[in-house]
Order: sequence, then C-alpha cells, then structure tokens
Amino acid sequence: MTTITVTVNGKPYTRDVEPRTLLVHFLRENLNLTGTHIGCDTSQCGACVVHLNGVSVKSCTTLAVQCDGAEVTTIEGLADGAILHPLQEGFWEKHGLQCGYCTPGMIMAAADLLKNNPNPSDDEIRHGLEGNLCRCTGYENIVRAVRYAAEKMNTVNAD
Amino acid sequence: MIPSAFEYFAPASVAEAISLLEQYGDEAKILAGGHSLLPAMKLRLASPGVLIDINKIAELRGVVINGSINIGAMTTWHTIEHHDGLKSACGVLPEVVAQIGDIQVRNRGTLGGALAHADPAADAPAAILALDAQIRTHGPGGERTIAAGDFFTDMLTTSLEPNELITAIIVNKLGAGEGAAYAKFPHPASRYAIVGVAAYVKMNGDKVSACRVAVTGAGPMPTRQGDTEQAMLNSDGSAEAIAKAAEEAGANMDVLGDIHASEDYRRAMVKVYARRALTTAVARARR
Amino acid sequence: MTAETELKPRYIGQSMKRREDPQLITGKGNYIDDIKLAGMLHVALVRSPYAHATIKSIDASKALAHPGVVAVFTGDDMMDINPLPCAWAAGRVKNNVNTPRALAVGTVRHVGEAVAMVLADDRYIARDAADMVDVEYDPLPVVVDAKEATAPGAPQLHENAPNNIVMEWDAGDKAATDAAFASAEVTISEPIINQRLIPTPMETRGSITRYDEATGEFTVWMTSQAPHVMRLLLTAFVFGIPETKLRCISPNVGGGFGQKIFCYNDMAFTMWASRKLARPVKFVEDRAENYKASTHGRDHITDAEICGTKDGMISGLRVKTYANLGGYLSTIAPGIPTTLYGRIISGVYKIPSAYCHVTGVYTNTAMVDAYRGAGRPEASYLIERMIDRFATEIGMDPAEVRRKNFIQPEDFPYQNGLGMLPYDSGNYEPALNKALEMAGYADFRKAQAEARANGTYLGIGISSYVEVCGVAPSAWIGLAGEGWGAGLFESANVRVHLTGKVAVTTGSLPHGQGLETTFAQVVADELGVPYDDVQIQWGDTQGTPFGYGTYGSRSLTVGGTAIKKSVDKIKEKAKKLAAHMLEANEADIVFENGTAYVKGSPDKVKTIGEIALQASVAYSLPEGMEPFLDETSYYDPPNCTFPFGTHISIVEVDPDTGMVDLKRYIAVDDCGNQINPLVVEGQIHGGIVQGIAQALYERAVYNEDGQLLSGTLMDYAIPTAEMSPHIETDHTVTPSPVNPLGVKGAGEAGTIASAQCVMNAVIDALSPFGVKHMQMPASPERVWKAVHSK
Repeated sequence: MTTITVTVNGKPYTRDVEPRTLLVHFLRENLNLTGTHIGCDTSQCGACVVHLNGVSVKSCTTLAVQCDGAEVTTIEGLADGAILHPLQEGFWEKHGLQCGYCTPGMIMAAADLLKNNPNPSDDEIRHGLEGNLCRCTGYENIVRAVRYAAEKMNTVNAD
Repeated sequence: MIPSAFEYFAPASVAEAISLLEQYGDEAKILAGGHSLLPAMKLRLASPGVLIDINKIAELRGVVINGSINIGAMTTWHTIEHHDGLKSACGVLPEVVAQIGDIQVRNRGTLGGALAHADPAADAPAAILALDAQIRTHGPGGERTIAAGDFFTDMLTTSLEPNELITAIIVNKLGAGEGAAYAKFPHPASRYAIVGVAAYVKMNGDKVSACRVAVTGAGPMPTRQGDTEQAMLNSDGSAEAIAKAAEEAGANMDVLGDIHASEDYRRAMVKVYARRALTTAVARARR
Repeated sequence: MTAETELKPRYIGQSMKRREDPQLITGKGNYIDDIKLAGMLHVALVRSPYAHATIKSIDASKALAHPGVVAVFTGDDMMDINPLPCAWAAGRVKNNVNTPRALAVGTVRHVGEAVAMVLADDRYIARDAADMVDVEYDPLPVVVDAKEATAPGAPQLHENAPNNIVMEWDAGDKAATDAAFASAEVTISEPIINQRLIPTPMETRGSITRYDEATGEFTVWMTSQAPHVMRLLLTAFVFGIPETKLRCISPNVGGGFGQKIFCYNDMAFTMWASRKLARPVKFVEDRAENYKASTHGRDHITDAEICGTKDGMISGLRVKTYANLGGYLSTIAPGIPTTLYGRIISGVYKIPSAYCHVTGVYTNTAMVDAYRGAGRPEASYLIERMIDRFATEIGMDPAEVRRKNFIQPEDFPYQNGLGMLPYDSGNYEPALNKALEMAGYADFRKAQAEARANGTYLGIGISSYVEVCGVAPSAWIGLAGEGWGAGLFESANVRVHLTGKVAVTTGSLPHGQGLETTFAQVVADELGVPYDDVQIQWGDTQGTPFGYGTYGSRSLTVGGTAIKKSVDKIKEKAKKLAAHMLEANEADIVFENGTAYVKGSPDKVKTIGEIALQASVAYSLPEGMEPFLDETSYYDPPNCTFPFGTHISIVEVDPDTGMVDLKRYIAVDDCGNQINPLVVEGQIHGGIVQGIAQALYERAVYNEDGQLLSGTLMDYAIPTAEMSPHIETDHTVTPSPVNPLGVKGAGEAGTIASAQCVMNAVIDALSPFGVKHMQMPASPERVWKAVHSK
C-alpha cells in the first residue's frame, strides 16, 4: 500500500492504495465518484476520460499512484454548483446522449477539445472526439451538442 | 481488467532509475506514458513484479532546438504535436505524432516509451528511421548514442541493453531542399498503422541527392527501404520517378498478414503509401 | 376558443428535451457497476481457452488459499439448478434444445464459456485468484462455420442434435416459387453472407444478487432490457422457486441493442452463490468477456435467388439460409432467423411467389441472438441487394425497379405470402421520391460519369425497407403460432394522487430510448395535466406491472398504448365522479384538457386535480365506486406495425487503397406519428451508424480453432465520430391503424435500412470494374481486390 493525496474536483483526498490501482477504480471504488465509467480494457472507448492536471486522460490507463499530488476533475466536478457546464447543457439541449454511459467521458473529452480549440468546425469536433466511442447516437447530435457549447462559451466570453 | 500486483518506484533522476533497473533486473519494467504497457498488464500479457515510473524525471522532458533537435525521451506526443519550434524545424514529426492513437493517448504517451516498446505498427519508429535520428541512452556504463538504423532489431525488440534507458532522441533540422512526409493507413479500431510510410528527400537542384524511406505496420519491425531509396537517388523526383521507386518498396522485407489485411494487400499498400509519402516529401523539398 | 384548438396536443409531437438527462450528464446515473452493497463479494470467472473440450479436472486449492478469497464454485456445485431456458421454440425446435448452465459441466463448447467462479472481498483479489484455478482440458475438434457444421463428419456439439442442426424451418410457397423460377426470363443467384457482429453496448453486462435469508427472497440488479421476463425465467425455469421470491431491478442500463434481453448465466450464479454464502454477490463483465461470452448477432450464410421479367417485374424470390446460433441456444435465438427474418424477406415488394428455408446450426462459437433489428436487417439486406443485382442485370435504374415492384397504398393490409401478419399501412413511393430528391439523384449519374472520366469512383446506393415492429400479438407469436413461449403484451398502471400528481408504472423500460420523456408526453396530453406532474417509473418488478420488456421497437407501440388505455380508464372514472360532484348526468360530462365539465355549461367544471382529491379523500363517491384514480391496462395489439422508408448514400472509392469515403447519407423514414421528433431522430441516427458499421467496419472473426480474433476493441472496429457521416434526415407520416397513437416504432429502422444502402453504393461505385456483389464489410482490402482482380 502507498499513501497518496489527490485533489479531485477541488477537494483533497488522502488514501492508501495498492500501486496497481487504476485511477478509474480509485475514483469509483475509493471515492465513490461513479460518474466516470469503464467501457473497454484497452484504452479505446474513452468512457473513463477525466482531466489530470487540466488535460484529458484515460483514467483506466493511469495508475492512481501516478496522481499523487495531482489535480483531477471528473464529470461530477464540471458543473458550477447548480449551473450546468455549457457542454452538459449542450448534450441535454441537442439530445447528445441516449443511454448516457459514454456521456461523462465524451463531455470531459469535449471540454479538453474546446479548451484547445474554442471554435471548432464539425470536422474538428469529430476529430477531437477520436478517443471516445458512442454506440447510441451515431455522433450527429454529439457534434451538435459540442457546437452548441462552443457557441455558448464564445458568447459568454465575448460579453 | 486488472493488472497483477507489482512494486512501484518513481525515481527522480536517471541515475536512480538505472540503479533500480540494476537492482531488479528482469523483474522490472519501465513505465513511461503507459499506453502500451498498462493495457498489456491489464490483459495480463505482461506481469512485471516491479514498475519503475520515470514520469517524475524532469530532465527527460522537453524539446530543445539548437543546431539539432533534442527531444527528451519522456516528452509527450501532445507536446511534440503542438510544438511550434518543431513545426518549423522538422514539421514531419508533429505530423506523424498527430496520427498516433487519440488525443488522450497523446496526452500521456511519449516518444521514448514508444521507441523502447518498438511496436511493429507504431508510427514514430518509421519517422525516426526516415529522419536518421540518434537515440541517446543511459545505462550502468554511462551514455551512448544509437543510430536509428541500428535500433530496431526484431519484433518488439531493440538494441537497448537490459538496464539501459532512452534519455533523448536527436533529430536534424530540415533545411532548404529537404522535405519529409508520413503517409498512413490506420487500423480502423486500434489506430495503429496497417501500413505507414515515412519518407525523407533532399533535392540538390533538380536531383534527389538523399532519400530515406521507412515502413511500419507491414512487417515485424520498422524497416528502411533501400531499393526505393536507391531508385530515388539521382532521379528528378518526378511523379514517374516516384512511382518507379515506390514499386520497389516492401520488396526485401518480411510482411505479415492478419484478419485486417493480408500479406498481399499490405505489400500493395506499402507501394501506394510509399508513393504518397514520397510525393509529399519531394513537394516539400522543392518548396 | 374552439374545441379544436383546445384539444390540440401540447406535448405530443414536440421535440422535448429528455427528462432522463440531468442525472446522466452530471455523472449521477446509477449503472450496475455503480451499485455497492454492504458485505458484497466480487466474482471473477475462470473461462475456457478452448472452443470445444472436455473438462478433465478443476483444482481450486491454490485459489482458495489466496488471502481474501471466500469461495470457488464450479458447475458441478450447481447441479441443483436447471440450465437456462430457451423461450422461443421457433421452427419446431423440440428435442434438440441445448442451453448453457450457470457454469459449464463436463464439456465447454465455445471460447470464454465460464467454468468456475471465484468469490472474494475485492475485485482485484478475485481476479488474481481466478488465475490460480487449474483446469485440465481434453480438447475436442472444433467447427465454427454454420454450413460446414452440417456437413458429414463435422465435429458434433450435442448428442441430441445430429449434424449440429437446431431446426429446419421454412416459409412461403415452394412449389409456386420453383415454378416462377422455371418460367422466368431473368434469374439471378448470389451467395450472401451476413457476417457475425458483436452488439457492443458501451456498458458491458452484469448482475448483483442480494439474498435475504430471513425471507428467502432474492433481489437481483441486472443490466436487463426485460426484468419481468428474467424473473419468470430464473424462478420458474432455472431455480424452481415461486416467482414471488425474486425481485429483478434494471437500474440505468448503458445500451442494450438486444444483447441485454436475454437470460444469462451470471444472473443464475450470483443468485446461487448469494444464497449459498448469505452475502451479496456482484459480477460485471470486462469488455473481453462481453465479446467472448455475451451474445453476438447476425451470422447467416445464404444462397439467394431472384427472378423476374426483362422489363423489371420481380416474379420470385428463393432463399436458403444457414443461421449460426452458436454453441448453445440463447433465450430467443431460434425466433430471430425464422419469424423475424424468413417471414419478411420480400421486403417492400409485391413478389408473387417467395420461399425461404432456414437451417439453424450449433457451432463452437458464442451464442447468437437478437441484435438491433434482429432478423430484419438480414432480410432487408438480402432483398435490397438482390433488387440491385436484378436491376443491374436487366440494365434498369434501381430506383425504377423499386418503384415498379412496390406494394401500393391500396394493397394494405398486405399479406406477403410468407406467413407474416398483414402489413398495417404504407406508402412507399413518396419516401423514395423524397430521398431521391434530397440526394439529387436525377443529376447524380451525370456527375458520376464525369468523375469516372477523371479517375474518381462515385457510387450511389438506395435502400427501401420495411420492418416488423411493435412485435406482439400473443395469439400469433405465442406457442400455438410462432413458438414464442409466452405472450408479448405490455402493461401500464396510472395513478392520479390526491395532489393531482400522476404516477405511471410500466412494464417496458428505457435504456437510452427516452421512454420516460415520450411516455410522459403521452400521459400529459391524454390526461390534460402538466408534463412535469407526470412521473414515469420502470425497471423494478416490485412496483411495476408485468411487461415483456423493451426490444423489437415495441415500447411505444405496445407499452405506450397500454399507458393510453389506462389513462382512458382514468378519464372514464373521472367523468363518473365529476358527474357526481357536479350533480349532472354522466352522459353530459365532457372530459378534455384535464377538466370535466357539463356539456353546454363550461362553467360547471372540475379539474382532474379536484376529481383526484375527491377520489382520494373519498368523502363522497357515487354509489359503488371504489376510491382513488388507479387503473392498470394490459395491451395486446391486434397486429405488428410496419415502419418503412428509403435511405440513400453516396460514396467515393479510392481504387488505389480500396478505402470507402461515405460522402453523404440521406434517410427518409416513416415511423407513423412521432411523439418526440428529437428522440425519433436520435434513434434513427444511432441505428444508421450501426448499419454503416456492418457495411464498412465490423466483423467478428473466429479462426478454425474457435479463437475469437476480434476479441477486443483494438480488433473489432466500431465507428468513431470521424468514421461516421453527417446524416441528413427527413420523414413521411403514415399513421399505423394498429394502435390509437398511430405510432410504428423507430428503434431499429436505421439499422435495418443502412447496411445495404452503403453496400449498394460501394458496388455501384465499383461497377466499372465489373463488380456485381461483394460481401460485408466492404473493407479496404475487399474493395481493393475487387478493383484489381478485374
């Protein structure tokens, strides 16, 4: 066991973990943050995407011990209190989710995408989500949702 | 999908990492970006008893561009992909790197890790061969430099000694008259290369004065294409010359087949992608 | 204000945002793996590495000695429970039914079959210990191909199934069809393979059981599309205990696509172990397990023949299909390639004679059962490919051949001669025309010819489809008819509480389809109450009326109608009570928009809230009236519904590499009335991409040893956003006469329409190379070979 301290969604947590504990299991099992999902074994699906020190990573392919001292943001930490993040709002408005299983990872990946490219074209949105699989939506409404969020964030920033 | 238990070390220096390697020998594996090793451990295709995580070694990160380009082994794909200096000094590297895995993989994965792992379908090794890069390593006996051409020795096998660590990759800047390109046929699921061809061309006036072509994905290891390079040399770099040279690609290498692409098809694609990579490389060299 | 404006639906037909979403977009969903119970044990399975083998011995001593391991069980420990049932005896399957046990006993018949279960306090420990169980196998010969499995000398999987044959089934008029072929001007035959697919819901499957020693009752949380059916199967068939001893709960389910309809071994072994150990037991698959051991879809090998006249009239269709059903029969496996395939192979066309013969086959592969569309995509692919083949052969525009052979509006209800129920309603040509117009079909051939002259190969593909949805009529599908071992009605209870809030419980349940929203829209309009006052509850056998579950695009057509019927009953009772409250004749009471008033005296009015309050407090009720507004309905429709439409795609093929670029995708669908167009469009989008994936990317591959080579998401390509096209949608509306909502179902349409749409386009693009047919997926290698083998 190794003792680690990880700041998750702004709150520091100190826990003893086995070195082999995957970040996704640390979040889900140790911290009960079950919004981050597991959809594959091989880092393809992106259901587990979180932000580690501000960049999107696959938490199924990161060890919890590697996050000692780091800041992690999960889907549970994205909204500003009761105010949804524009991406959450966009996914709701544009029917960007059906079963919802891929959605947390998809939104976290999209947040990273918009940070790097605040005004992406549809093709850039599709490319920016290359690490996330959705089996329900056919992606059409996910693209619309991300575009909605981008427009909204740009409007807010312009104000 | 859960890895087997292991002991974990996160050394802060190269020297410390090497002494851990010496101490644990075959039991130990180096953890770089982890995007090949951790999935293999989760599938229990690899079960190292000791993991030496070199992510905390600051000296292994970063890109320095002086006379040549020095890329720390632990520099992430993301850094390389978005590095403005690299884009102008050796644009093909960011171009290759942007086609690796996906954004999250590129946020974690590293150049040194990929080279040490030597996946036969990885993208970067082809570029490293075509750019004739130097791979700097550190081991118990100190530092040495391995030419890219001597580095890959077989499937998943390199000339790294057991207790040796890649510390940096040194690449020449591309100057006037030089051009390089990468053309990739990606696997639809894994995004590795079914065939990837990296090409470097130097034009001296209207003549090709240097050419290196390397293929990844098609065979057991990334492989230089001597016949294609020879055919390009002293040619005018025209479409006809490129087409002729590309026909030689893949001729003298082992090519593998699987459920995604048969050997015959891969051989054909090696030629197609060699042509595409050379066409772009020549166009860039002429620019 | 007029009655007309008054009655205009306020919610039905509106693209309302889904009420399901707020929890799901904030990470507050509750999926199976999110559930933790005190004292819960975790299961890791030991699975067979062999496709066919005898189990010689199992030694669990090392695993049992591992700290944290509580128990290890094998199939032999569980002989007190029965094998899982097969519930659809289609095709006269009788004495050769072989279904899996909770854990294998004696023999394994596919790679990944579960052989032993390890229970530990922690999932990491369980996983470690599973590696410590030593199993000795004696490998047996293997067969994975359905046609080869029926050949003399092929390895035999089950003693009671000679030549590995599950069933021989046929539909249609063989003699008439043979005669049509004998006298036809044009006959074409083509081998058509519908490759095996892996459904791949993003959430894998799992179950958690808590056994209550005090009451002898089980609670099972399961990733299920049909919890009521699971309760029935697990109690009455597997455990032989009263149905009342089991409560099944489907929490949020992360996609199903058919794979989560069925009764699986983990439901049984978590129940068995929880009872044995008196602790909650959890099992959740990882992706590799889902790929090896949960059900797959499709896998047909077919010889298809079509005949007709040189001027484009189809006169006959003859089909022989080998359907691979895997190593055992999954819950409804025999019904998929029979009732849901063979009975609709003539599609949207009036074909005078058709005949379909299906051989269901055991092989050493994972079980095959319903996957989105289930039989209908296979049928639709077959007929739409053959129509194109026919058009090419006689040199006629494929759109024209379709038009000439369409079933006409006046032909409905239409009997297709294959034993399908009559098609309810349809008007195929307007959908075709709309799609052709959107695609710019008239100008396409010119653009195509110009492009070809420049070495660019464009192709256009048309797919006009019909599907059977709202799968029900118990009298038709049941044992006496199609062999389904139960009924297929749906249920709903509607209660109006004394505060006027409406609680609805349903037997059907959503796992992405937005039913909570759609159902609430129906209730709010039908009852005339605010949408937000309606709560839809589902997924728990305790507290919802019995229903057969969500699949076959049936939840709105059958389940939604059950809701409407309950609301109608509520309204009837409310009218009676209103008459009493208003001291009027019931015959004079009008109920609309949530109020009851006396005809001609709109000021004499009671709102549904006032009526509900009176019904609940029950101070003054009419003689003999029971308190409370609480009504339940079971709806068994008289027929299925038959949605239809036309999809068109345009592709460009790179002749150097064989890569296909799907440039445009156009979908015109008719699912009858739309309750929530936003949700309908979402269903269509998702379905289309699954069909495109079959056409271009997906293929489950076993090698001759029965090893699954496409066993991870690194090998099995499901499309990313970049691999999926922008989809252009439109629709026509032909209400179904079958149900009072006029709805037809939309969950599977996209998948049923799209694979052949893309394949027809690819093959059209390759026509200069003499290509007339190609098997799916149109992988770059296949396309390249087609180009270069000329």
